[in-house]
Amino acid sequence: MAVLLIAEHNNKELRQFTLNAATAASQIDSDVHAVIIGQNAAEAAKQLSELPVVKKVLSVEAAHYENFTAENFAPVIVKLAENYSHIVCSANTFGKNLMPRIAAHLDTSQVSDIIKVMSPDTFLRPIYAGNAFATIKSNDIKKCVTIRPTSFDPCESTGGSAPIEKLDASEEFSNTKFIKREEIKSDRPELGTARIVVSGGRGMQSGDNFKLITEIADKLGAAIGASRAAVDAGYISNDHQVGQTGKVVVPDLYIAIGISGAIQHLAGMKESKVIVAINKDGEAPIFSVADYGLEADLFEAIPQFMEELNKLNTIQK
Amino acid sequence: MKILVAVKRVIDYNVQIRVKEDGTGVVTDNVKMSTNPPDDNAIEEAVKIKEAGKATEVVAITVGEEKAQETVRKALAVGADRGIHVKVDGILEPLAVSKILQKIVDKEKPDLVFMGKQAIDDDCNQTGQMLSALLNWPQATFASKIEVKDNKLEVTREIDEGLETIEINFPAIVTCDLRLNEPRYASLPNIMKAKKKPIEEIPASDLGVDVSPRLEQLKVEEPPKRKAGIKVANVAELVQKLKNEAKVI
Repeated sequence: MAVLLIAEHNNKELRQFTLNAATAASQIDSDVHAVIIGQNAAEAAKQLSELPVVKKVLSVEAAHYENFTAENFAPVIVKLAENYSHIVCSANTFGKNLMPRIAAHLDTSQVSDIIKVMSPDTFLRPIYAGNAFATIKSNDIKKCVTIRPTSFDPCESTGGSAPIEKLDASEEFSNTKFIKREEIKSDRPELGTARIVVSGGRGMQSGDNFKLITEIADKLGAAIGASRAAVDAGYISNDHQVGQTGKVVVPDLYIAIGISGAIQHLAGMKESKVIVAINKDGEAPIFSVADYGLEADLFEAIPQFMEELNKLNTIQK
Repeated sequence: MKILVAVKRVIDYNVQIRVKEDGTGVVTDNVKMSTNPPDDNAIEEAVKIKEAGKATEVVAITVGEEKAQETVRKALAVGADRGIHVKVDGILEPLAVSKILQKIVDKEKPDLVFMGKQAIDDDCNQTGQMLSALLNWPQATFASKIEVKDNKLEVTREIDEGLETIEINFPAIVTCDLRLNEPRYASLPNIMKAKKKPIEEIPASDLGVDVSPRLEQLKVEEPPKRKAGIKVANVAELVQKLKNEAKVI
């Protein structure tokens, strides 16, 4: 039986992580169908149909799908589920909110946040904030699986031409009402997908000092991250938080400045390709995961770092 | 208004866990255990709502082995009125826990059920959503702000793109983010008082729920270790290494 991928989108376009989840879905079975639920989301549905790994697109539209409420989405997927062996979605807040609601209706024990497909019924997933990896085999007939997007490469986004089939909407769930969404807008690359992330911790000592991080990030075309300690101290807003309770990032370069490296922070960044740590405490745990460690006072090191960057003829963006 | 709060006993968040050599799990013997951190936020929020005069009773529940009762006792020490301990040994998946909680909800008829958004041991992030599905109740996951209105809640949720606000009618489920509040510490007099508060013990077998695992944990292993890095002497060397050795800038 085929795999059903739940597309994440904003009614205008697909969200990037749908491509990563599509890759994982195609590793479970080559027959991947994708469902897109929304309102006036024809353009996003078309993008979905152009993913070469997707063989068929199912599109469901209604006003009550505009805000991605799990209570409205779940019945649509549950109805479709009989034709599929697996239901797959990315494990960001969209998928985390939605998938268990589907799994419970299907009486299936969900496998959350997988980082590797070992076989169609066996998956690798991190537990204890990534301090251990568990190999899990699902014995349920239908398998509900969420994907850690940063562990799978995005699939090709063009070249496909899957047919788009329109389906009827399910009833509206009246006990949940969407009020508003406050999206944090930024010209910077998104934290979850940026090639370079520059993060500050409690060592920054104030929100004002985060300007130093911003300067480096601007120079490198990087996203700005932060440790939980920096967020809790009010230096920067929570959407910048990297770690078990924030975002998991896997950039090519992660620069941790004034971050000691609590277990929960390491869980969010230690899979980065190259890690740089700048900290004045030479014993800080962050150095145990850093490829390049610099034991220095960050208030001296950051201006020097800018100076050295300015000396370079070119910087990869 | 009655609030039921589910709490779980997990390895303390400050403990560096160790994987068992035989690959069957992580070492839990002689390891410090405590309440799952966001479950503390769930209890705190329920108690605050009661203190504000908007709830009449806060009931703390846990599902698990004998020692799991410690988490209920702790909830009683910070303000919950009474406790329920559904006793069951062995591995419990979120689906089984949500089925047990459903039975307790049927019996207790709370207006709200609170719990942490995720347990920090298995990191599943499922139980609250599954319980709402089984009950067909509204769900507000990853809550960072809760406002009690007439028979409904306005909840601010932490989502990847920022913040989302929704309104949910009673009865409803809320899963709590760490940012929701600052859990209080239990004072010694309150810890003593909590010892006298009642905890009802219910064997899971009395509830008629099949809790047998559906998933097989084939192996638990340590994540691949990063190869040891180097310390650089100064910023100039760092930038040179990033440019010419790692080739990332």
